[in-house]
Amino acid sequence: MTDTARPITLFLAFTALLRRAGFAVAPEQTVAWLASIELLGPRSIDDIRRAAHATIGPPPERFAEFDALFDAHFLGAIVPGSEGEPSEEQPPRAAEDSSIGPEPLFGEETRESGAKATTAERLSARRFAPGDEGETLRRFARALPARLPRRRGYRWRSARTGPGTDARRMFRDALRHAGEFISLRHRQRRLRQRRIVVLIDVSGSMKERTQAHLAFAHALVRAADAVEVFTIGTRLTRISRPLRLRSREQALANASLVVADWDGGTRIGDALNAFLAVPRFAALARGAAIVVLSDGLERGDPSVMADAVARFARLAWKIIWLTPLAADPAFEARTAGLVAARPYLDKLADGGSIDSICANVLDMARERAA
Amino acid sequence: MAVRHTIVGIGSPHELEDALRAAYYLADEELSTAAYLALALGKPLLLEGAPGVGKTEAAKAIAGVLGRTLLRLQCYEGIDATSALYEWNFPRQMLALRQEGAYGGHVDIYRDEFLIERPMLACLRRPQETVLLIDEIDRSDHEFEAFLLEFLSDFQISIPERGPIRAYERPVVILTSNRTRELHEALRRRCVYHWIDYPTPEREMRIIMMRASGVSERAARAVVTAVGRLRREPLAKLPGIAEAVEWAEAATLLNEQGARWPEAFRRSLGVVLKDEDDLVHIAPRIDAILAEAQA
Repeated sequence: MTDTARPITLFLAFTALLRRAGFAVAPEQTVAWLASIELLGPRSIDDIRRAAHATIGPPPERFAEFDALFDAHFLGAIVPGSEGEPSEEQPPRAAEDSSIGPEPLFGEETRESGAKATTAERLSARRFAPGDEGETLRRFARALPARLPRRRGYRWRSARTGPGTDARRMFRDALRHAGEFISLRHRQRRLRQRRIVVLIDVSGSMKERTQAHLAFAHALVRAADAVEVFTIGTRLTRISRPLRLRSREQALANASLVVADWDGGTRIGDALNAFLAVPRFAALARGAAIVVLSDGLERGDPSVMADAVARFARLAWKIIWLTPLAADPAFEARTAGLVAARPYLDKLADGGSIDSICANVLDMARERAA
Repeated sequence: MAVRHTIVGIGSPHELEDALRAAYYLADEELSTAAYLALALGKPLLLEGAPGVGKTEAAKAIAGVLGRTLLRLQCYEGIDATSALYEWNFPRQMLALRQEGAYGGHVDIYRDEFLIERPMLACLRRPQETVLLIDEIDRSDHEFEAFLLEFLSDFQISIPERGPIRAYERPVVILTSNRTRELHEALRRRCVYHWIDYPTPEREMRIIMMRASGVSERAARAVVTAVGRLRREPLAKLPGIAEAVEWAEAATLLNEQGARWPEAFRRSLGVVLKDEDDLVHIAPRIDAILAEAQA
């Protein structure tokens, strides 16, 4: 007993280390791991490592991190910069995302409409920002499923009332009841969620907000089924796939690796046209709810942008444009691009803070397109 | 935890690897270890990986090694318990009732003959003869995933008319997922997990030589190099191992019919890239890639 006790505590210490690093390790996985080690011999440290891979099963994008922890624990190697990754629940620490650079924390910019925010307000906003942010997004994710925009689908479902009778179901029920038709069943069209396409402006003028917008997009991707996220700047990048990860930090880090045109110029019109030029992308916009997070400061030809927005408006179910400039109550579309595009938008509203973005997206399904 | 050290004479990951090779499947050490542990611990094996890396093939090979029939349950959006577990054969029940009723007899309509077995029930009833493959579980709904949880932890289901049915031995269950969405943590936890990555060039080469018929070593090497290059491109659908094997075969066929080498590869590009946008994207560079692969 005593001679086996030491190795076991060594293994258990490793699972504890993993949990601190944000890996989910259940007791049954620990038991399976220990059983596997015994099964395999173990002949070498690789057996122990392979058993850990198989039974604890770290997600593939965290393999490197897992192996680094394993080496540090069992081989005594040095782990590069990991003093316990924060788990999803903890408020995310920005500035860790390497490729975004020394950007301020998200939420920091909340409610500063233009240059009017005083230093005091700025400070208070800064202090409350990170927690607020996570909480807002969590509330958003909880509220979203009930308020997603929907359309009637092509498939039918059985229901108590509805335009037609559900003959198939009735015959099936009748067979169950010795050939007697007992109840009249109706059928209705199934409701499907409309696809949501989010276009995030990552140009220099939106620099302060891109981080928060990505965090919002991540919450949306996690909470709804069909969501596509693109960044627009000087070019168009699809980041739906990297954002699908559960951990926000990981997802944002992956997304920022994909995007190559951070903080560049703005050619929104060209980027939108690039979107429409790819048939596969254009098909995503058909019947979709489109959310554009941009200030609409177009460096290119405003008429190109207006034409692109008009084409979007014809394809999509609804298109809303959320600009941080509209946080100011006296806001009016003044830039040439936005003025030209305004007639095609279903809504041009405040996108200055995560709160207002979330509120606008939640309201999307309620107000019918004008 | 019931642990079996040997299953049909396989007592270590290496023996399993050899047996899989005999079944024409080249497994790396990680995969054979995970598969062996799953068999030994009596846990389901969860295989994840990009499309076309051989997840389903692995399941077929494991079933072949164990000498058991593979029961395949293909998941889709909207799959439910009746297509996975069992269903009563209502028309036959009706007929039996009418027939017996005419003679005034009594009939038990919940006998086996009226039960239509679906893969999961079949696997529970004959665990020693079957391997259950639950394919592409990421396509199913969350409800079905929750339903699987119950099945995978106890290997028991209950039919209201008959009572619970329990496997007398833990069956071999293999799940695959393309990871289009993340599976629930509770499901992952119950399984032995393995992420199948794209193989190393040497291994892919050996796979092509083993799987494809009549492909020369030079052609196989060129295919491996070119496919490796393609996988680094931002394509919508990356070519898997199956595509690589098919490409080698297709190009060899064209070559036998008189097409010269780079031309044979270019003309058979359609078996590797099956997306118009990908073909357009790669068109300007394909000559350079093929030249590099031939070198």
